[in-house]
Amino acid sequence: MRRNPRHSVLVRVTHWITVISFIALLVTGVEILISHPRFYWGEVGNSLTPPLFQIPIPSSRSTVPTGYAYVLPDQNGWSRYLHFEAAWALVLTGLVYVVSGLRTRHFGTNLFPAPEDRTWRAFSGVIARHLRLAPPEDADSNSYNVLQRVTYLLVVFFFFPFVIWTGLAMSSGWNAAVPWTVDFLGGRQSARTLHFFVSIGLVLFLLVHVAMIALSGFGTRMREMITGRTIARPERT
Amino acid sequence: MNKVSRRRFLTTGLAATAGVAGLGVAAGLARRYGLVPPDSGGIYGPGEALTYAAHRLFARHSLAREFPRSMISKDPFANSISPLNDAFKRLQDGNFTDWRLSIEGMVARPGSYSLADLRSLPVRRQITEVVCEEGWSYIAEWIGTPLLEVLKDAGVLPQARYLVYFSIDPDWWDSIDMVDALHPQTLLTWAMNDGDLPVAFGGPLRLRVPRQLGYKSVKFVNRLMVTDSAKGFVPAIDSKSPNYGYSWYAGI
Repeated sequence: MRRNPRHSVLVRVTHWITVISFIALLVTGVEILISHPRFYWGEVGNSLTPPLFQIPIPSSRSTVPTGYAYVLPDQNGWSRYLHFEAAWALVLTGLVYVVSGLRTRHFGTNLFPAPEDRTWRAFSGVIARHLRLAPPEDADSNSYNVLQRVTYLLVVFFFFPFVIWTGLAMSSGWNAAVPWTVDFLGGRQSARTLHFFVSIGLVLFLLVHVAMIALSGFGTRMREMITGRTIARPERT
Repeated sequence: MNKVSRRRFLTTGLAATAGVAGLGVAAGLARRYGLVPPDSGGIYGPGEALTYAAHRLFARHSLAREFPRSMISKDPFANSISPLNDAFKRLQDGNFTDWRLSIEGMVARPGSYSLADLRSLPVRRQITEVVCEEGWSYIAEWIGTPLLEVLKDAGVLPQARYLVYFSIDPDWWDSIDMVDALHPQTLLTWAMNDGDLPVAFGGPLRLRVPRQLGYKSVKFVNRLMVTDSAKGFVPAIDSKSPNYGYSWYAGI
């Protein structure tokens, strides 16, 4: 009898499609950003209006006052094509993941914290263990602790939906169809600024996520997410 | 091979066949109902096709947001333009009285319009946002003749699918589908805010397409062509167009 996999096939496949899409979105997002590394609040903003803040990097456009004497090459053509194609892959994969997660009660069973863990005490206990760099408890190898559960739920149900929303709120065609989605955010430039900050949040998650995997056993965690098996199958002789 | 795995093999095979056939039928229907953009080939094609089809299916007739007068930008930003040719300068010296907009292709009555002719057609004023693909934007009031009025006047033939529009700058043109060409906010703009459309903003005549990014709003427009194929007029990697490498549909 085969043991149940650590992660279901669906979780594993959607996880890696999301990884590829996210990397593509991140690289092309940075590329698009350097064509105008200034951020504004409200509906409008351009090189003649004061920015909310500016990222101190050179730009790929000579019209942006960056303080640098040179202009980077413009790569927006393929970057925008790839950004939106990867966004489609991410959105469709996310839909499959969420719908199947609701059907199989994945969120309730594996991600929503158990009643005894929904306390500040349980929460601070996990944080304290991390700060002491205590070795993971046995239960952690087959399940998530409360800190992981809350983080994953936030990523799935807040950060990704919000980064998709703020991205769509920049689209002229989308805004024409559902104007309240951009008006609610305070305008198109506000949506762009929020899109930037939510992306930073997702990048921070990615860094911590990868660091924790490296610290808790890179080979084991990768095997779990690729083949689903917790331990390597014994060699057949 | 036992019974279960044979059944599984058969159902998987049937499902895969049905899936491929379904995709084929969907692609055929999409083409028939004009849901496939002309740049749908290549590795970025699927993303482009999904975006364009979604917008045409669910937002075909939606109107771009219009803003209150108080939101008009005090500092509208105009991208720098390459030096204009002698033909433009001659027309500019004559105060653009000799500027002509010609229309040709799949229309019943090809012809040309002076700026005065355009002003005699129904006029539309709209306060809309210009959004550049770089990320910046501004709001202005745009006053002009809806492209729809010129197309009505010229009599568009039923097989028309695209409008190609040309700038007096020989390397500058673009194209839109008939959904956007016949959209009430697609405006042959000859005035902005309190006066004539300044040259920096595309004067004397700019085609504003407010449901798409700024690069689709070509400046110094003097020629329209109605066609059933955008082949040869879609900005592509090998195009000389200033939209070099940018996607044809810019509603995103």
